[in-house]
Amino acid sequence: MRRRPEIVLLVVALTALHFTILAAAFIAPYDPAAQDRDLPYAPPTRMHFRDSSGWHRAFVYRWIPDRDGYRLDTSTRYPIHFFARGESRSVLGIFRSNLHLFDVDEPARLLLLGTDSFGRDEFSRLLYGGQISLATGLLATLITLAAATLMGTIAGYFGTWIDESLMAVGELFLCLPWFYFLVGARAFLPLHLSAAGTFLLLIIVIGIIGWARPARLVRGMVLSARNRNYVLAARGFGASNVYLLRRHILPETFAILVTQAALLIPQYVAAEATLSFFGLGVSEPVPSWGNMLSPLQQYNVLVSFSWLLAPAVALVITSVMYWLLADALHHWVQSHSIN
Amino acid sequence: MKSIARLTLVVCLLAAWAWAAAPAPAAINPSEQLQREDGDVGQYGGRLVIGQRAEPKTLNPVTATDALSREVVGRCHADLISINRVSQKTEPALAESWKTSPDGRNFTLKLRKGLRFSDGQPFDADDVVFSFTLYLDEAVGSPQRDLLVIDGKPLSVTKLDQYTVRFTLPRPYAAAERLFDGLAMLPKHLLQKPYREGHFAQAWSLNASPSELAGLGPFHLKQYVAGQRIVLERNPYYWKADRENHRLPYLDELVFLFVGGEDQQVMRFEAGETDMVSRLSSENYALLTKEQSRSGWQLSDLGPSLEYNFLVFNLNDLDAGKMNEIARKQAWFHDLKFRQAVSAAVDRDSIVRLVYGARGTALWGNVGPGNKSWMNQSIPHPGRSVETARQLLKSAGFFWNGSGQLLDSNGKPVEFTIVTSSSNTQRMKMATLIQDDLSHLGMQVHVVPLDFRAMLDRVFQSFDYEAAIMGLGGGDPDPNPEMNVWLSNGATHLWHLNETTPATPWEREIDTLMQQQMVTLTYAKRKKLYDRVQQIIAENVPFIFLATPDVLVGARSQIGNFHPAVLDHYTLWNADQLFLRAPTRGVERAEIR
Repeated sequence: MRRRPEIVLLVVALTALHFTILAAAFIAPYDPAAQDRDLPYAPPTRMHFRDSSGWHRAFVYRWIPDRDGYRLDTSTRYPIHFFARGESRSVLGIFRSNLHLFDVDEPARLLLLGTDSFGRDEFSRLLYGGQISLATGLLATLITLAAATLMGTIAGYFGTWIDESLMAVGELFLCLPWFYFLVGARAFLPLHLSAAGTFLLLIIVIGIIGWARPARLVRGMVLSARNRNYVLAARGFGASNVYLLRRHILPETFAILVTQAALLIPQYVAAEATLSFFGLGVSEPVPSWGNMLSPLQQYNVLVSFSWLLAPAVALVITSVMYWLLADALHHWVQSHSIN
Repeated sequence: MKSIARLTLVVCLLAAWAWAAAPAPAAINPSEQLQREDGDVGQYGGRLVIGQRAEPKTLNPVTATDALSREVVGRCHADLISINRVSQKTEPALAESWKTSPDGRNFTLKLRKGLRFSDGQPFDADDVVFSFTLYLDEAVGSPQRDLLVIDGKPLSVTKLDQYTVRFTLPRPYAAAERLFDGLAMLPKHLLQKPYREGHFAQAWSLNASPSELAGLGPFHLKQYVAGQRIVLERNPYYWKADRENHRLPYLDELVFLFVGGEDQQVMRFEAGETDMVSRLSSENYALLTKEQSRSGWQLSDLGPSLEYNFLVFNLNDLDAGKMNEIARKQAWFHDLKFRQAVSAAVDRDSIVRLVYGARGTALWGNVGPGNKSWMNQSIPHPGRSVETARQLLKSAGFFWNGSGQLLDSNGKPVEFTIVTSSSNTQRMKMATLIQDDLSHLGMQVHVVPLDFRAMLDRVFQSFDYEAAIMGLGGGDPDPNPEMNVWLSNGATHLWHLNETTPATPWEREIDTLMQQQMVTLTYAKRKKLYDRVQQIIAENVPFIFLATPDVLVGARSQIGNFHPAVLDHYTLWNADQLFLRAPTRGVERAEIR
């Protein structure tokens, strides 16, 4: 079993990405809901290292609202402070910390990706929004694979009418137009769900919809594993169903499940983004990569404020990394099973 | 031989189609009593293209309800008395003069003589009586019927002679002549048959052939291509002429292209495929302004519109069993100090700046600066003050806990939901701003975007909401169309829709005042009454008024007589006077004399 270097590389890259997002409270310079009503649609501030008087520590200039937008106030330098102490923030809801990776003094603002229509820092919102989008993707995938494993194993192992009925239900799930169903379902939900409630509901809904296809794959593996020599032998020696499943059959499905996970995670991240884009997911002021892209439906915003496309770039990068991983895993599984 | 015959036929048809130019204006008959317009004298010819959000639903003026149909229908028909969109006052149209009886109940209108419909048939009092029969017939179900029914009784129309008509109102009605604006006068000779046979509502649909339609408006249907466009051509018998006795309209054709929403309309306008844009958002206006020096477009900011956007709290009587959460929160909403505190904490300046790009005005009442005749100038306009809001809440029994959350007198946290239409980006933005503003008071506000129809259902039918951001107004500066909002039993009395009698003394007072102003005939007396209504509204804050956008329009530089106004139809209300100047190509534009 050769270890493929690209799998290791991709896993490291994805871990770094996830860690950055997890550490949003540390890395993000501002609170994602903090509005600065004097700086709507401000372009990104660049980091400078030299000006007319020579080289300096990294610094930024301040944006001053102008007649038609903004101009840089080059009269004052605002140095960037690294590992500064600032406002106290909740880290993943577990503990509070006031250590920030970088910071600038008021009244300047460190806007690495500009601001949105309310003057909220896009970079901070990108990180916090990533928490919502990626967590939804990961947790929904977990739910899907758990359901798929359960259904697929039962169907594949016991066969006969159990198998047929479960797969029929699966087909139903595959052919229903889920997006339109979700749009309609919003009207039946209680008017307000707490942010946590919405988040949980999103995860459950996205997770439950997609179990059918992985279930089929698991069923296929279980069917083939069920008739292996060693399984038959173990059964002959009096092994129970549970023992057979746990010891011999389920381990066969792990490779499939891991590959499926790498495929489903970006799909579900995109699903959450789509729902939030249409206002069906987390609501203001909580950011998610989807609802941050919503304003771009307006022509003038799309054309004039290109920095607001950052969440789309993040989605693409995340998806591509996961797909490359899935591809590499798939090849590794294939070469492993041939051997 | 057959193929030659077919070829000849095709060639003939093509030739006929190519030569079907717009009809030239008919020569002016001395017996015609034309109306003379005072605008710039233009030149004949040209086609004006304007974009529409979607297809109209019908060409029947009596049954048309949606704005798109009315946009097209309004160019093909004329009314008896028009409201001039720029001066906002009434002026003669098909009726060249009228007399009001001293009790304000009888209007005797003298029609212009010698006028003809677009098919050449004469227009007289029979058509007027017939048209009003259509509007008032309950079986036809025209939405305009409600405007003509006062106190449950419809007005009556009598023909006095061939060119004189008398209208009798069941009781005196202030500014009654404004009722006639937009009521198209229809041809009896074409519509009597479908009406008698009972299928009038289906008459004049989009698929009607041009020969079935006729009107007194400047244009007449030429062609409808499903999903693409409606083409109107000049009415050769139109009853208006310019200063130099040239019969209007100047334009040969007026084309409505179905291009899509505002963004698509702006893109087409930028590309030169359309000639005008009506009602731009401030962002699109800013986008177009950037290119204005190169393109020479006429972009106008006409000042505040007559609409008003507001935050409304649900004060309806609720079934406490089914909606006990909302009923519990209504204890806060009913408290005047609570509403006043919310109003004091809202940052209206930011709404104007961030939602309307500074092209808007903050509002503290339903009548804003766009309505110069009726605005009560003495209503206070307090700036935002979180301190005042906190004092008000404190005196109402609210208090704050250690983490800054606002709690009511029972110790429950103040938390509520604002619903708004997900398709209206401006009101969504207002909701987000207000959510942030109220967080400074320790209130937790959630914003729930809903599909427009779902929101209307909650606000008008099920009352299953806590607060909503909506908009009203915009039609007419006169107070009478606002009756529905301020009368306790009005259809848009949003904060308390199902009340049978006025729930509070101030609502009772508003009822009395509005009923009084409706029958008061002098403007000065009406103004005093309506001023007092505005004052009561400002003191009792049933709506927390937010802001109104400016009316922003754009047109190509070659369009002459372009006088956009804050009343609908913003750009085409004087379509009969619009003309296209010859393209200048960098040469000094010749003065049109």
